[in-house]
Amino acid sequence: MSLDVGTGKTTMEPCLESMKTASLPDLPYAYDALEPAISEEIMRLHHLKHHQTYVTNYNKALDHLRSALSSGDHSSVVKLQSQIKFNGGGHVNHAIFWKNLAPVHEGGGKPPQDPLSSAIDAHFGSLEELMQKMNSEGAAVQGSGWVWFGLDKELKRLVVETTANQDPLVTKGSHLVPLIGIDVWEHAYYPQYKNARAEYLKNIWTVINWKYASDIFEKHNRGLNEF
Amino acid sequence: MAIRSLASRRTLTGLKETSSRLLGLRSIQTFTLPDLPYDYSALEPAISGEIMQIHHQKHHQAYVTNYNNALEQLDQAVSKGDASAVVKLQSAIKFNGGGCHVNHSIFWKNLAPVKEGGGEPPKGALGGAIDTHFGSLEGLVKKMSAEGAALQGSGWVWLGLDKELKKLVVDTTANQDPLVTKGGSLVPLVGIDVWEHAYYLQYKNVRPEYLKNVWKVINWKYASEVYEKECK
Repeated sequence: MSLDVGTGKTTMEPCLESMKTASLPDLPYAYDALEPAISEEIMRLHHLKHHQTYVTNYNKALDHLRSALSSGDHSSVVKLQSQIKFNGGGHVNHAIFWKNLAPVHEGGGKPPQDPLSSAIDAHFGSLEELMQKMNSEGAAVQGSGWVWFGLDKELKRLVVETTANQDPLVTKGSHLVPLIGIDVWEHAYYPQYKNARAEYLKNIWTVINWKYASDIFEKHNRGLNEF
Repeated sequence: MAIRSLASRRTLTGLKETSSRLLGLRSIQTFTLPDLPYDYSALEPAISGEIMQIHHQKHHQAYVTNYNNALEQLDQAVSKGDASAVVKLQSAIKFNGGGCHVNHSIFWKNLAPVKEGGGEPPKGALGGAIDTHFGSLEGLVKKMSAEGAALQGSGWVWLGLDKELKKLVVDTTANQDPLVTKGGSLVPLVGIDVWEHAYYLQYKNVRPEYLKNVWKVINWKYASEVYEKECK
């Protein structure tokens, strides 16, 4: 960035050539590994079609952003934000989601240990009550979205939140860290559960990867003295 | 699969109000799911019988049920003067009432089997208006399909008449928002549901393919009737 002392204008040369593109992460398990909770058909479509589309469209939007910035087309820069938020959000959210799930034989469904377990009891009463809260908020999402279990780093507490469409959890507060996200878009369950979103939410807990959630919680907890 | 004989087919006149209950100081009317004016399989291959059955019997029925529940709760809240509850209920009423009463009721009328005129281009005043505003029917179809495909999340794509400005418009709404939420003078002529439940079982993630095929069963006769009525 350089400052023209005479005019007071700054010019920025964005290093856009080094802008990394996103890529579809591999699933850490086979497509049928989450059955019977989530069918292989859904996992394949969800990963290879939906997530891949978000990655592709996010990269396209970044490409257009690069051109718009280079040419100083700020109108286009602003217009592109919707595509970036939607597709980038889709990529971010699904990348977390695949890690939030695990086959039963790899610990999927196994309840969390301390310190996350005690924190859950302190904030929600019990693990069952947390699950119940997430299920009812997830079922109540109008349209497409996500239900989240997160850590509020600033207020030092656990929260349950929902976001619309592909909005990541940070859109509800920049100090929110996602621990568990559950996709409640219809594509996440429809071929198997049809309109019965509540049934999907009831069953998904059998493959939730609490170990991952615990790792994230402990990583962010190290900076916080007590919880 | 429900068999509906042509002889006993009922035309869709809107939601049937079958019961009224005296609650508080006045009666509220509840709604029931209207019958489809055609068999569940009648729109194949554009829309599968499986989708039609679930869409009608599960999704639309759920909106009706939840709308009735919300109306009952609203009545109680108003009677008790519980303004906080009244406000809280507006979301459920807009979502279920908007989705149930307005959007899906229009949608079933917007569709027709091919042998009953589904897909047949609009004639008369509406046909002319479409050419004037969009260049051609193909131009309109392309625009609606593109906007429907681009809709982020769940929602609807509409062909509407702006009564005030006297022109046709293409617009989208999110979730179950009816077209009027985009402007009080807008009258829906054709609405296409682009929630995933409207196409996923048949088209999976390929919403553009659903949008390409749904035009084969669009009931332009109904759209023309609404248009001519509003233009008088």
